[in-house]
Amino acid sequence: MTSVLTEPPRRAPRRSGRPDRLALTARERSRRRRDAGSALTLLGPSLVILGVMVGYPAVLMLVQSFTDYSIKNKVQGTLPEIIGFENYLEVFTQSDFPAVLVRSLGLMLVMTVLIVGLGSLVAVLMTRLTRGWRVLVSVGLLLAWAMPPLAATTVWGWIFDTQYGLVNWALNTITGTNDFTNYSWLLSPWSFFFVLTIIVVWQGVPFAAFTLYAALGQVPGEVLEAASLDGATGWQRFRLVVFPYLRNVVTVVVVLQVIWNLRIFTQVYTLQQRGGLISETNVLGTYIFRQGAGEFGVTSAIGVLMVILLLALSWGYVRTTLKEEDL
Amino acid sequence: MSTQVTPATQLATVGVDEVTGEVGAAKTPRPGSLAARRPPRRRILTRGALNLAALVVFVCSVFPVYWMINMSFTRGESIISRTPSFLPFDFTFGNYATAWTREAAPGQTDFVHGLLSSTLVTVGVLIVTLLFAFLASIAVARIRFKGRRTFIVAVLIVQMIPGEAMMFTIYGMIDDWRLMNTLIGLGIVYVAAVIPFTIWTLRGFVAGVPADLEEAAMIDGCTRSQAFWKVTFPLLAPGLVATGIFAFIQSWNEFTMALLLMRGYNLTLPPWLLSFQSATEATNWGAVMAASTLISIPVVIFFLIVQGRMSGGLVSGAVKG
Repeated sequence: MTSVLTEPPRRAPRRSGRPDRLALTARERSRRRRDAGSALTLLGPSLVILGVMVGYPAVLMLVQSFTDYSIKNKVQGTLPEIIGFENYLEVFTQSDFPAVLVRSLGLMLVMTVLIVGLGSLVAVLMTRLTRGWRVLVSVGLLLAWAMPPLAATTVWGWIFDTQYGLVNWALNTITGTNDFTNYSWLLSPWSFFFVLTIIVVWQGVPFAAFTLYAALGQVPGEVLEAASLDGATGWQRFRLVVFPYLRNVVTVVVVLQVIWNLRIFTQVYTLQQRGGLISETNVLGTYIFRQGAGEFGVTSAIGVLMVILLLALSWGYVRTTLKEEDL
Repeated sequence: MSTQVTPATQLATVGVDEVTGEVGAAKTPRPGSLAARRPPRRRILTRGALNLAALVVFVCSVFPVYWMINMSFTRGESIISRTPSFLPFDFTFGNYATAWTREAAPGQTDFVHGLLSSTLVTVGVLIVTLLFAFLASIAVARIRFKGRRTFIVAVLIVQMIPGEAMMFTIYGMIDDWRLMNTLIGLGIVYVAAVIPFTIWTLRGFVAGVPADLEEAAMIDGCTRSQAFWKVTFPLLAPGLVATGIFAFIQSWNEFTMALLLMRGYNLTLPPWLLSFQSATEATNWGAVMAASTLISIPVVIFFLIVQGRMSGGLVSGAVKG
């Protein structure tokens, strides 16, 4: 397994007129073959599981999205018919999908901006605190981050509860009225999204804050000092010195937030179960889920669209990572 | 593919060293920086404002956690009250007893069976994933073979494919294989969901152990496999622990596919909790909070172990700069 460093000289002296490959010594060739063989053995289990559980369903989904495959075919064992782009046409013209897509993108945008914005603020705050305070903040962030999303949503749902919720009680107390008695936060889609955004942002900020804080620690102090000796203002120091160091990290954090916020499921589904108009509050994940196991052709088409969207959005992440990692 | 993998935990990893006290260059105001030049009075004010902000961040982060624990120890009558009680004055363990024993709904599982299902799936996924990913990461980090780069790119891309998008295709497959409502079926789905990230992280750990070490051991007379098991493997142990915990948290928290594939007595804890709270909505929120607390405890413990351990993670490349 140490072949990287134990490699003998790559090539025997080259004889003119012959391709490189043949110039390898017999030993070298057999070593390479052995390496390739052991690599395949080691990768085998992972390749099989990824092939069967990701590759195969991905292809299957793509194929099914062009058919009218439904639960009926599955039960009767009949073959579906190929109907071309009809599913896609239906999804775009006769379903809620466009509205769901716009809603998901809008929520994603708001959440990402809030998470990255608040995360940066907390990260900067952490660099300026004394040790004890920083530990306090870190512990708090870790707890918020570690809560299982379902448990978090359950608690937040209760805090915003219609009858006995803390928020309604607090608003009544502050305003000195009874306006908020039995105010239902989940009934109107807008306040539903408000509660949802609070939950997601609350759990999302710790990751952004910790990552950006770690990145801020990488900015060499001497460079900053040199810049300020040269008369750079605070803003200039940030823009010209700190930001270039942070750029890659910020890119990755933003891309990951975009993806994760487009994929939220648990929080939305749980809040919907507590009340809230399902048709008005669906996002991509819950929308597919609520289609149910019936029209596999249509759900496949929606799935294909979702995969394309997310892969396109994560392209920046994949590229940055490949560029930065020494592969 | 990652199924509802709250990838937040994927990065339980990056630079959370403050608890251990490792701080980067940005900690104290450097001489010559603005803060140091300020007149003392203003500096005290700034310090106060910063500490206040820190307190606000702390309270906002912790409050829901505190509220969950508070409610879990409060009697039902006090929970169903128009004025909230901020401390469990009429302290009770009754909610935990209820959560532990009562079934979610007629014909559905109770907490103990949910716990058993969750534990079985999670441990199974943990073992299989670690084994598979460990082998793959050795191949990727130690052997130069044709298609190596392609494999890495594929892993990165697969990690970004949303499992939820394929949920009904996978549902159909699991159904065809007669694995519907079985822990094995769910486990297979989870392994596929966590393995890309696990390979990616372990690859970093294996690459971080210099191959020279093994080579030195081989010069000293070890065989290749001895060198690996005696020298490299012990150095990888922290990486395996950290990655394993990641796999654990993912499977423990997974909700979507469990909701889709499991029924009745086979529910894992997350869908059980949802079913428990829908069924007992009007009656027993204290028990729901007690159950939530119980479900959160293992995750929080593992989170605390893992934080700061893994320096790899998704942003590793970017952090290196």
